[in-house]
Amino acid sequence: MRHAFQVQVGPVGFRIGSAWRGPVVALEQLYGGYPGPDVPDMTVRLFPERPWRHVVRPSVAISGDFWLPDAAPLPLAQGLLAAEMGMNLQVALGWRRHLLLHCSAVERDGRVLLMSGASGSGKSTLATLLALRGWRFLGDEFAFVALDDGRIHPFPRASSLKNEAVAAVRGAGGVVGPVLEGTPKGTIGYWRPPGDAVARMAEAAPPALLLFPRYGRPEAVERLAASETFMLLTQASTNYVALGEAGFGALTRLVQSVPALQVDYPDGAAGLALVDRLWGAL
Amino acid sequence: MRYAADPQAMRLAVALDELVALYHRPSGVTHLLAPPAPELLDALAEGPADSAELLVRLSRLYDLPDAAAGAIAARMEELVLAGLAWRA
Repeated sequence: MRHAFQVQVGPVGFRIGSAWRGPVVALEQLYGGYPGPDVPDMTVRLFPERPWRHVVRPSVAISGDFWLPDAAPLPLAQGLLAAEMGMNLQVALGWRRHLLLHCSAVERDGRVLLMSGASGSGKSTLATLLALRGWRFLGDEFAFVALDDGRIHPFPRASSLKNEAVAAVRGAGGVVGPVLEGTPKGTIGYWRPPGDAVARMAEAAPPALLLFPRYGRPEAVERLAASETFMLLTQASTNYVALGEAGFGALTRLVQSVPALQVDYPDGAAGLALVDRLWGAL
Repeated sequence: MRYAADPQAMRLAVALDELVALYHRPSGVTHLLAPPAPELLDALAEGPADSAELLVRLSRLYDLPDAAAGAIAARMEELVLAGLAWRA
């Protein structure tokens, strides 16, 4: 590829090749201060869907070691989103060294709070708001669960904030940028993790609490049975089936050792107050 | 109808609460089982058996009503469908 960028995020070394300079510049800015990998683990390719789409209404198709045949290309102005989606895709489909859970994760006092939920649940926003209040940001997309001891390994990519979450994080003093308008997911703004989260991205910590947040609902907390949590997390994992017995061992250990709660909350302030209360009660 | 199942070493079972998470090594498939399914699989460790024999084996360990034989047959058919047992 004409343009290339490499970055190490937690255990994963990425190599991103692009037919255009723009996405690489955006990645260099977003990941300034991150180390580069010795040897990349995963490759993302951003390329024109047809040769003429390099210049005529340029549209970015995503490929790499792993790819989806029906992934729609994005306009060049959303090249950063294409790169981020490509990085997610490689990890989701290809990573085998940890059990991957679709969770955000933050750490305090050496213990990790995991938050799992679908897009719109508020897990990225809550993790970012908690990081702005002094929690160590481990990631907003994937929790990397060690197969041997169950510790959570950081994957501190930039937090991907959607729609009203951009204003919520800015209102809490966070710097969000760049902001991409009109993406398939609406407005997306990126929040760069603090230097401490990047500097300590090799430091794993054990999980202590698992929340399933649901944004925009009247406040409610419900304890989930271990078997229900197990079922929810098999659905929230991108590689549980591929890992076989190792994944089974890691997931049963997690649901047996960590309390799990479904947490409904109306807004960010209420969500933070709930987290404080639940964390304090551990 | 007689039933058989893989040896216990072919299964990894973890009791989560009232349900048991079971990893079936030959297939690589995970199951969540409610009682008495895990106990029925364990009872087959002595060898193939029909519902009446399984009831005898389980009765050595658990206090079961006589009417349980029909329920055992139904549970065994579910385990056959799940690929954890087969008709011997």
